[in-house]
Amino acid sequence: MSEPIVLQPDETFILNVGPQHPATHGVLRVKMTMDGEYIYNAETVIGYIHRMHEKMAENRTYPQYLPNLSRLDYLSAMAYCHGYVLAVEKAAAVEVPERAEYIRAITVEMNRISSHLVWFGAFVMDLGGFSPLMYAFDDREQILDLLEAVTGSRLTYCYFRFGGLYNDVDDDFIEGTRRFVKRMRKSLKMYHKLVTTNVILMKRLMGIGPVSAEMCQRYGATGPVARGSGINYDVRRNEPYSVYPEFDFDIPVYNEGDSYARYKVRMEEMEQSLRIIEQGLDKLPDGPINPEKKPKTIKLPPGDYYTAVEAGRGSFGIRIVSNGDKSPYRLKLRSPTYSNMHLFDEACRGMLIADALAFMGSLDLVIPEMDR
Amino acid sequence: MIIETVKDKLRGLFPTAAKPAVAEHEAEKPEAAEAEIGVFDCNYAKRGYHLDVRLSPEQLLTAVGILFDHGFFIESITGVDWIKDGQLEATYDFCRYDFDLCRIVVRTRTPRANPILPTITGIYSGASWHERETHDFFGIVFEGHPHLIPLLLPEDADFHPLLKDFKA
Repeated sequence: MSEPIVLQPDETFILNVGPQHPATHGVLRVKMTMDGEYIYNAETVIGYIHRMHEKMAENRTYPQYLPNLSRLDYLSAMAYCHGYVLAVEKAAAVEVPERAEYIRAITVEMNRISSHLVWFGAFVMDLGGFSPLMYAFDDREQILDLLEAVTGSRLTYCYFRFGGLYNDVDDDFIEGTRRFVKRMRKSLKMYHKLVTTNVILMKRLMGIGPVSAEMCQRYGATGPVARGSGINYDVRRNEPYSVYPEFDFDIPVYNEGDSYARYKVRMEEMEQSLRIIEQGLDKLPDGPINPEKKPKTIKLPPGDYYTAVEAGRGSFGIRIVSNGDKSPYRLKLRSPTYSNMHLFDEACRGMLIADALAFMGSLDLVIPEMDR
Repeated sequence: MIIETVKDKLRGLFPTAAKPAVAEHEAEKPEAAEAEIGVFDCNYAKRGYHLDVRLSPEQLLTAVGILFDHGFFIESITGVDWIKDGQLEATYDFCRYDFDLCRIVVRTRTPRANPILPTITGIYSGASWHERETHDFFGIVFEGHPHLIPLLLPEDADFHPLLKDFKA
């Protein structure tokens, strides 16, 4: 990084962005020291919706904590629940029937698409294009309807159980999902025509907010942010879990490290998720969705356990420290946005304020997940 | 394999190992391993990580420096309150971006009455928020941290909610 310019105190002023600013998509505040239109220094202030989920875990039994997970990242809630059930199943050695594993993967990927669609719409809206948001929400609506019929909720899913699922999928879901995959492929083509190749968008994003691979390592950035910086890291591939090794899919990686690279990574991820869903539906085995023998009370053997999954925004990790009790002794949630957002302070120095907001959008922030 | 290289390097931190510093430790008897210091192999399928490095606060910076040089990125930092032992444990999770999968947990303990640990923000900039969060929740003071003010808790918070004797 270049030497910081030493400014006289009277040449800069403080600009307060948030905590109620539309571009921050939630209660996030950034205290920016400005040199005219340029950012001299930025300090992100978080914690406005901190709810102490980790303390709640210590006061609840393992099944009672299930609904909390979907309140972290309300856009890709399914992946967070997946991480938690995997963590407990691994530690307590609970068997999961194959059908349940496939349905989990299908629903998680559908949820990933719906999460990316919200990001896509909101991001383009931040940059001044309103219509893509409407198209994106129309597509997302299809996913929410399908998932609602199976899981019973539209946003804060609590669908996974230890060892299985709450509800089996029916033929309507399978047919509806196949219809959706077809529809979504068409929509993605339209998005690329309408937005991806749009000159205004390219000029707003190309070369803006460069994040180097070295910076990702220092901050622990994962997910599309790391993959946009040339790091081929996806937990589904690097540390395969559930039935992901059964699927044939690619991990999109771009080396530019700018906002446009992160944009392209997410757009292509949606296509890859469609592939996974299609293969999942083809391979979906018959059978039970819950294990025959299920322990009545879930107790983890003493020790600590770490499990990571690929959520919509990056690697979501759970560390459980158990002392053999019915509830965890300590439970730590490692949320991806937390690390991804942290590098904003360093990366936005010297940027124009309008570019910094475009950069912030490309990080795909979900504040409740950061604040926990 | 990166795990062997790192294990050798980390083992170098414990020169006076009367007994072998690398030993298997199973989930069934964690109590025996808790107090020990050294590098332990772990059952990845069960625990979710390969190496468990338990060290004293003085060795922390050297160990983290080794991990940084070997391309590890920081997953998270957290604490655990071992109230019965009168100690607070700080836990550092590390992982790598490539396909040579290796997850390492570094942990160190500090007395509960006066919890002080060195900061690793000089090596991993991303540790800053994690350390502030751990300071919020457990009251561990990270010496040398440039900006150790409350992050998630209110700015005037004088309590540490994840301590086991915390009463709301």
